[in-house]
Amino acid sequence: MVDILNAIVALTNFVIIPATAYGAQLALGALGVTLIYGILRFSNFAHGDTMAFGAMVTILFTWWFQSMGISLGPLPTALLALPLGIIFTSGLLLATDRVVYRFYRQQKAKPVILVIVSMGVMFVLNGLVRFIIGPNDQRFADGERFIISARDFKEWSGLREGLAFKTSQGLTIVVAFICVIALFWFLNRTRTGKSMRAFSDNEDLALLSGINPERVVMVTWLIVAALATVAGVLYGLDKSYKPFTYFQLLLPIFASAVVGGLGSPLGAIGGGFVIAFSEVTITYAFKKVLTYLMPEQLEPDGLVQLLSTDYKFAVSFAILVIVLLFKPTGLFKGQSI
Amino acid sequence: MKNALLFGLVALLFLGTGLFQSWNVALSIFNMALISAILALGVNMQWGFAGLFNIGIMGFVALGGLAAVLVSMPTTTEAWTAGGPRVLLSLVFGALTVVGAILIRTRMAPGRLRTILFLSFLIGGFILYRALFDPARDAIEAVNPAATGYLGGLNNWGEDYRDYGWMTLVAWPVGALLAAGAAWVVGKTALGLRSDYLAIATLGISEIVIAILKNEDWMSRGVKNVIGLPRPVPYEIDLQQSETFVERANALGFDAVTASSLWIKLNYTFLFAVILIILLIGAQRALKSPWGRMMRAIRDNETAAEAMGKDVTRRHLQIFVLGSAICGLAGAMMTTLDGQLTPSSYQPLRFTFLIWVMVIVGGSGNNWGAILGGFLIWWLWIQVEPLGALLMEFLTWPLPEDSALKAHLLDSVQHMRLLTMGVILLLVLRFSPRGLIPER
Amino acid sequence: MRLAAQEVGKKKMAEPYLIGDAMTGGYGSGADILHGCTIAVEKGQIAVIVGPNGAGKSTAMKAVFGMLNVREGAVRLAGEDITALTPQARVAKGMAFVPQTQNIFTSLTVEENLEMGAFLRRDDITETMEQVYGLFPILRDKRRQPAGELSGGQRQQVAVGRALMTKPSILMLDEPTAGVSPIVMDELFDRIIEVARTGISILMVEQNAKQALDIADIGYVLVQGRNAHTGTGEELINDAEVRRTFLGG
Repeated sequence: MVDILNAIVALTNFVIIPATAYGAQLALGALGVTLIYGILRFSNFAHGDTMAFGAMVTILFTWWFQSMGISLGPLPTALLALPLGIIFTSGLLLATDRVVYRFYRQQKAKPVILVIVSMGVMFVLNGLVRFIIGPNDQRFADGERFIISARDFKEWSGLREGLAFKTSQGLTIVVAFICVIALFWFLNRTRTGKSMRAFSDNEDLALLSGINPERVVMVTWLIVAALATVAGVLYGLDKSYKPFTYFQLLLPIFASAVVGGLGSPLGAIGGGFVIAFSEVTITYAFKKVLTYLMPEQLEPDGLVQLLSTDYKFAVSFAILVIVLLFKPTGLFKGQSI
Repeated sequence: MKNALLFGLVALLFLGTGLFQSWNVALSIFNMALISAILALGVNMQWGFAGLFNIGIMGFVALGGLAAVLVSMPTTTEAWTAGGPRVLLSLVFGALTVVGAILIRTRMAPGRLRTILFLSFLIGGFILYRALFDPARDAIEAVNPAATGYLGGLNNWGEDYRDYGWMTLVAWPVGALLAAGAAWVVGKTALGLRSDYLAIATLGISEIVIAILKNEDWMSRGVKNVIGLPRPVPYEIDLQQSETFVERANALGFDAVTASSLWIKLNYTFLFAVILIILLIGAQRALKSPWGRMMRAIRDNETAAEAMGKDVTRRHLQIFVLGSAICGLAGAMMTTLDGQLTPSSYQPLRFTFLIWVMVIVGGSGNNWGAILGGFLIWWLWIQVEPLGALLMEFLTWPLPEDSALKAHLLDSVQHMRLLTMGVILLLVLRFSPRGLIPER
Repeated sequence: MRLAAQEVGKKKMAEPYLIGDAMTGGYGSGADILHGCTIAVEKGQIAVIVGPNGAGKSTAMKAVFGMLNVREGAVRLAGEDITALTPQARVAKGMAFVPQTQNIFTSLTVEENLEMGAFLRRDDITETMEQVYGLFPILRDKRRQPAGELSGGQRQQVAVGRALMTKPSILMLDEPTAGVSPIVMDELFDRIIEVARTGISILMVEQNAKQALDIADIGYVLVQGRNAHTGTGEELINDAEVRRTFLGG
């Protein structure tokens, strides 16, 4: 009985909690991608770097606050800097739209041209971020590290396995939850939100109804800026901040959006968790869990790890391909934005 | 006329580099530019001829690099005895499992039985595969891990393997084949889907290829890198010790060290240029052939081409495999030039997106354009850094010597190149979307 | 009974409420599809455009709505020249257009579709929505359902309802009965008559010429982008040539 409890705790500690936090981060990223796809109708390859930019601005302000001795007590100071990060990222995205994307929109350029254009934007952002903050790892997390630390949990429960719940993980889940609720409230309950859905659904009819496309696009960029910054900061708090890792996040984020069905916000969230749980489960060494569950003579002698951690891209990719082959519209078809 | 002028201008850039920096630098940029031009040709086939959006170039380049190692490096006999056959056997077994699973899916009637059989076949196969594979891998990786720890290549001449540099040349077409094989698998699954999906699929496959190179130590030594690949050209040391060479160098007014390094670079230049010319002729003929015209017809209007009875997916697969094979070839050449395979050096910005900048800036759909783009952008990529440093020095000149801002700005100059490439790409897309040498 | 377009204009004492007068033009910079074509409708009346396939029926209506380049001629609404206005600006002027296909927001609920129809309005829209529900009672029952889940006839009701939400003075319908069953078609025509009775002018393009002309106050038969026959619905139905050429005897 205790063994089963130990196994559950180990599984929660190493799979369920990290995967949930990671899934929430992916979901926020994928929401941004899917919104842009739904409204502007192209796959934005600059999204990873937008996240990196938003997180960078937040980090710079966090450092500034820290140097002035401002803090949020147990919570990371980054939360305080987050709104500033969102404002700067909004400014950046609106400027990019004005200088770059709007021209192609007016030309009614093919989506693939916009994708290439977004590649150019990706280069610029990538360079900009590295130019300002450098390509290296940056630390900006402060405050209480754990909500539940492994040691406390062991003392409290008397189990052999510890359960650690990091502040960053708890924060990720809570903030992501709030963001998603707010987004859905906005899309389903407000006039502007509904007009965005209408625009995404049927652009011509939206125009006939008097919906102003430029306004819809502007609101979309603002939301995307907020989502990307939040996702970037949460990921940075939870793992670490390094510009290149954000570029690499592009693949799991796209996989999440496509698996859920491009253009569907609900799908982006579902897709994020599908990808995150698969990645973590498939690359986790189950030896520990199985040792508790199996009778002694059957205990595994290997790590019981399906794939090494470095193959997590392969996992997102495999799921992506499987979904594309068998259900190209994604798992959560139906409502686009 | 205008095109000749453009090429002349790029030639001037290289000549200027030679005159003002050094011929050694100019030649090394030129050699890599030749490879870049070949890559751009390959990508231009896919994008310019057929409109296929491949952003997994890095993966195919890396496969070419892997081929160079697998063919030209000395065989680790001990590792082969330790687990070579077993690894091969397990790989064959793994492949058979996949084939079997596909057969189950295609041959059996749909239903729960098929799903169960399909899944259990795959899972069972995977477990058996790992049981076969893991001990062999561990055995191989345990063999002298500091120096080898991998199976090595096919260069089975023991100590003298460096004398068999021609093996490296053999590796080039093998690299092309390897990349073509991977492209076939990707194409089979992702072509025919929407263009963004192909893009994401290729992006994914390239990341996976790099992950494999980094992790499968038994094959590629992983992040321990493979160094000292045999060369198809002489070694500096040998030249410097050759009396005739030193004499000739001195006669021309060079010291032996510079001369040897230049001479070797020129050898590479010759090799690469020959390949580039062959490929250019081939690509030009392909473009003008009925096949090329059909490709462009398909690109411009897929529906119409399909209605006329063209097998669009098949044609796309053809050109996708061909273009990727060229990338694989270039990848093998690149690894040969470097003399080493360092999986962690493969960065998508450098190996995928930069090639795209070359193709777009040069002029997609035009082979000459792709080549021009390859030369120009590669030169810029290298030279933006020193030029940027000069510019920064100038801009920060009013700042005090010990200013933190100045230090930061000067320090960050290396990241200017990404910024510059992005700006160039955006400017060309906006103001000259057909590139410097547009398609005719 | 063959009347040239200009004569129709002259015969009327006052100018019609909405008139596309001797329009010539085509899509973008492409070839002309319309050649001096005139379409007009009086306040609270039903005007129907019929004609063989490729006659430019839909094109004529889109020209009136500003969706293509009118190179010659003019479009006037209540005497005001609106030729240069964009479709969106015409919506603000009180014109509503129901496209033939993709005329609803499939992923939005019925009620949201109606709300989007009233997007430009800043006043209280509940009254108009009630009127639409009064006209199409089934929509009230389905108002929380995504419009894409409705049947073909119900979708057309949503489409018409969405257009009515702007409180237009002119309702333009592009083949509203395409792809619906005959019973639904009759029902839809009844509703259209009802709408016209509230004082809204109707301009519609129809494939089902006979039924449409039955309810028309004025009918336009177009052939190759030109006015071939013009007259009241009854006149056209009884016109031997019109009958022979496309009412099928």
